[in-house]
Amino acid sequence: MAKNKNLKNKLTLRFVSYSEMSKLESNERIKKLLDNIVENKIIVLQGKLEPVEEATLISSTMALIGRVKGFKGVELATIQPGKENGFFENIKVGLARALVGERDSLTVIGPAAIVRDIKKDPSKIDLMLVKSL
Amino acid sequence: MVIRIIKSFFNRVFGNIFSSRTNLKIGLYGPPNAGKTSLANRICKDWTGEELGKVSKIPHETRKVQFKEKVEIKHKNKVLTLKLVDTPGIATKIDYEDFMKFGLNKKESKKRAKEATYGVIEAIKWLEDVDAVVIVLDASQNPYSQVNLTIIGNLVARNIPVLLVGNKIDLRKADIKKMSAAFPEYDVVGISAKQGTNMEEFYESLFKLAKKV
Repeated sequence: MAKNKNLKNKLTLRFVSYSEMSKLESNERIKKLLDNIVENKIIVLQGKLEPVEEATLISSTMALIGRVKGFKGVELATIQPGKENGFFENIKVGLARALVGERDSLTVIGPAAIVRDIKKDPSKIDLMLVKSL
Repeated sequence: MVIRIIKSFFNRVFGNIFSSRTNLKIGLYGPPNAGKTSLANRICKDWTGEELGKVSKIPHETRKVQFKEKVEIKHKNKVLTLKLVDTPGIATKIDYEDFMKFGLNKKESKKRAKEATYGVIEAIKWLEDVDAVVIVLDASQNPYSQVNLTIIGNLVARNIPVLLVGNKIDLRKADIKKMSAAFPEYDVVGISAKQGTNMEEFYESLFKLAKKV
């Protein structure tokens, strides 16, 4: 119990590698992310979720609001380099992704109770945290 | 007998084409307070004479999917009949305390928040059941929000044709060029649903969208 009390005042950033997530099934990936978020951890994920997974994550998040005390939802953003490159660069990036997966993307997901807002432009993410951490 | 077979063949082949072109389910999607219901009301008022739903400055006013059947739109000697599906705004977070800032009491705010979470789930489920989608974004807001990308990504994954609408162009901060730059693969139409600005171009684009189904 004392341990949990201490955790409340700490901000945990968890970095999750692409290989860690890619070995999981889609629903396991979402569960793992939500488990961490409910524990008030901010996840920095190498790679990105599929759009359908993002939709499932949002639905699951909505189902948790009101059930988990203090849980208000999530903030998330993904940046994906290569979008603004030229034609040949895009082909190169596309080939690399086909071979090794979308490791060059970066996704940040955090609990809305801690992450007040995420401001994103195509190439950077600003994470605004709540003042009273 | 032969006549019946030929008739059945024509019904199956051309009947399907005909029905898909004339009774499309068009979904209005987007984040909360982008003006989906304002646009639905504008379309319904223009072509059926009555509005579809209530609008409000408080986010998540639409918390259930609402429809208007058989909306017949006439444009340049063409007719498009559609079922308009107005969906609740998709959000990744809902905090009942945000509603209290608009003057709602705690009980009302909690109720609204709960209904809003159901609404988001329902809107996502409806992605499976629409023929084409008009994504309504607030042109005065940052277009790079993850919700926008998630909605578009899901429609692309399901091969559902998309039209992007930048609403609220009457606002000083509205920036349609920024929206077009954010989504270069899509047609972007700037409108003001509230004031009825640029609706001709919107209807033109809606017919183009229907052709893609």
